[in-house]
Amino acid sequence: MTIKGKAYIAGIYEHPTRHAPDKSTAQLHAEVAKGAIEDAGISKDDVDGYFCAGDAPGGAWPMVDYLGLNTKKLRHIDSTETGGCSYIIHLGHAAEAIAAGKCSIALVTLAGKPRTGVMPPRAAGAEADFESAYGATTHNAYGMCAMRHMHDYGTTSEQLAWIKVAASHHAQYNPHAMLKDVVTVEDVLNSPMISDPLHRMDCCVVSDGGGALIVTTPEIAKSLKKPQVRLIGHGEAMKGPRGGKDLDLTYSAGVWSGPRAFEEAGITPKDIKYASIYDSFTITVLMQLEDLGFCKKGEGGKFVADGNLISGVGKLPFNTDGGGLCSNHPVNRGGMTKILEAVRQLRGEAHPKVQVKNCDLAIAHGTGGLLGVRHAASTAILERV
Amino acid sequence: MSEAKKYPTPVTNPETAAFWDAAKEGRFMIKRCTACGEAHYFPRSICPFCYSDKTVWEQASGEGTIYTYSLMRKSPTGPYAIGYVTLKEGPSVQTNFVDCDLEKLKIGQKVKVVFKATDGAPLPFFTMA
Repeated sequence: MTIKGKAYIAGIYEHPTRHAPDKSTAQLHAEVAKGAIEDAGISKDDVDGYFCAGDAPGGAWPMVDYLGLNTKKLRHIDSTETGGCSYIIHLGHAAEAIAAGKCSIALVTLAGKPRTGVMPPRAAGAEADFESAYGATTHNAYGMCAMRHMHDYGTTSEQLAWIKVAASHHAQYNPHAMLKDVVTVEDVLNSPMISDPLHRMDCCVVSDGGGALIVTTPEIAKSLKKPQVRLIGHGEAMKGPRGGKDLDLTYSAGVWSGPRAFEEAGITPKDIKYASIYDSFTITVLMQLEDLGFCKKGEGGKFVADGNLISGVGKLPFNTDGGGLCSNHPVNRGGMTKILEAVRQLRGEAHPKVQVKNCDLAIAHGTGGLLGVRHAASTAILERV
Repeated sequence: MSEAKKYPTPVTNPETAAFWDAAKEGRFMIKRCTACGEAHYFPRSICPFCYSDKTVWEQASGEGTIYTYSLMRKSPTGPYAIGYVTLKEGPSVQTNFVDCDLEKLKIGQKVKVVFKATDGAPLPFFTMA
């Protein structure tokens, strides 16, 4: 049993807002749902599967009601919550449901407003008494990974900075990007230290906004007008300190989700023309590239240096919308936007200055939670038909 | 700044109460499985490695080395350093480094446990040995 080729992404929408003081979180969900439904050219009454994560106010049942989905038709609901990669997992689960005949048109929504509202609370696990006092945040949890990666492999701040430099080269062409200025390695190194060894420019932006997907059957996708993009491989995984045995923060759960996705797709990293890689921090990208097999473990620093991730310049164009480092990071959850830009690349709808030529195979990969503590990862491999 | 920091009181539960009772006496406990011999942290009743329920409390030396750390330069309560310490007994534990020059932290540095008061049981932290 495989989901290879059994589900297509027929509709996408990214909210243009990065700052939404005049909107509610539910409203943003509705706006992205409407956008994706219109992009696909279907009716909201056709939707028979709904997927959302922890950013959806109240969870699935208030959202289904608020969005006015057709409850006589809706027959598959999934509110898997794995932080920023939830939506990449949703994409895989939607494909599974479609392949099993459990739904035929799935809607996935993400939206929220960390800049102008409140963030949804994160529930505490069994570790709470033994960890919560120590103040793990995204900055320092990823800082701990970077510190150990530098220690074990000689990775440098200059190498990490190249990731931000590449993102900024792409963001200059995105009219919606929060940070449109092209920056240099020196700019990154001269930005204030936030949590060693990560500088301010090693960190992503905080933005309001959201995005949505329509996932459907091959038959329905072929009846619609948009260029056809299908899912051919998918993987998901989790990693944590696991009792503190053999702790190794230099790799992520991507070492498991990636190979699962590539195996299902029947391709290798060398075949990928465009990569959407979750960039909560520069170190996130470097570790994911290694974990996914674009280079060997420990060689990520060399791989990303000298513009290798810049479209038209390097071998692996990444995050051509400017990514979380420069464009947006709705609700501090970057998985959705990773899928959206991959689909735009495969459709040929990316900005002409960053559009990858003959882009027929792309990867969208994300992590959720804290890489330095416990997290999930999910990998989707997408193909233009 | 760090003296003024107020730490949250452990909630505790039946599975972990013995840890916090020992902490009140200045003892740092880990759990060890008598079936597979592995030690783990934070404490569970079922061994996370072999799923045996034959886990026992063991007083740890409180000594270890820094596996990694990150110095958070700003926060509402001032700078702080978070990290993991690999205990002499094996498991790595998440902690903050306290009562030492945070600029001098480095991977491999030897550290030892210190307890800090809360409104309930004290919390374990680490400082340079």
